[in-house]
Amino acid sequence: MSMADTLPWWAAIAIACLLVLGGLMTLIGTLGLARLQSFYRRIHGPAITVTLGTACILVASMLYFTVTQSRLVIHELLIGVFVLMTAPVVAMLIMRAAVYREQRNFSRTSAMDDDRPQP
Amino acid sequence: MKRWLPAPLLSASLLLVWLLLNQSLAPAHWLLGGALALIVPLLARPLQAYGQARIRRPLALVRLLGFSAIEIVRSCFAVSQIILLRRSADVNSQFIRIPLDLRSPHGLALLSCLINSTPGTVWVELSPDSHELLLHVFDLQDEQWWVETIKTRYEQPIIEVFETPRANNQGENA
Repeated sequence: MSMADTLPWWAAIAIACLLVLGGLMTLIGTLGLARLQSFYRRIHGPAITVTLGTACILVASMLYFTVTQSRLVIHELLIGVFVLMTAPVVAMLIMRAAVYREQRNFSRTSAMDDDRPQP
Repeated sequence: MKRWLPAPLLSASLLLVWLLLNQSLAPAHWLLGGALALIVPLLARPLQAYGQARIRRPLALVRLLGFSAIEIVRSCFAVSQIILLRRSADVNSQFIRIPLDLRSPHGLALLSCLINSTPGTVWVELSPDSHELLLHVFDLQDEQWWVETIKTRYEQPIIEVFETPRANNQGENA
């Protein structure tokens, strides 16, 4: 823990705030996954985790290692880029699969009629 | 020049990725990264069915990305508020249709990534004949507002960035 001891107070506060915010966002995203009723609503939960949750935690990591190692550590940016490039594609694929499945099993009626795409 | 460096932007970003991955600015990494940046675009060219994307107005692209970043943060808080405070049955999730004028495949890819990255909206499908986008909105208040926002704040800048009248025709044939 010698590295954390050398952390100046302003960096410690900023990093702590970012980590708490990122953790909260991740928690809320998963809460959405657990709480929301239909599939089409649940798909919006993890989007928070992917964007703001990831961003906060990555910025905190960049700040921490940049300050403690006294050199620019920004390779976390790559994680952000790759997540932002892959997550939207996955969301779209899952969504299309869900719509396709629903159109195929049209006889199996779901509870929410308003929540279905009009063919 | 054009033959050996078909995509300068792609080459530059590959070199940047290499240097970031290795966390080093040593000459050896510049050399290796430079070689990769030259070879990979040449090898990957047959994989790009629609050719290289040409960014006509980089400034408009930067402005668009900045606006989307603000919009993403704003919707993050909006969606988390809904998840925490509202009962699931009260959330008005709806599919809406938006007619698109954008035809460039690269532009459509960028638009879908931006829309899907923004919490609260998921791109479902683009109908091939009428070019209508089917969009799922987490909590729909005003359908007209969504149509206008997507068309003026997202689609218009993307058309500016990617399309020329000629590119428009190519997109339609493809």
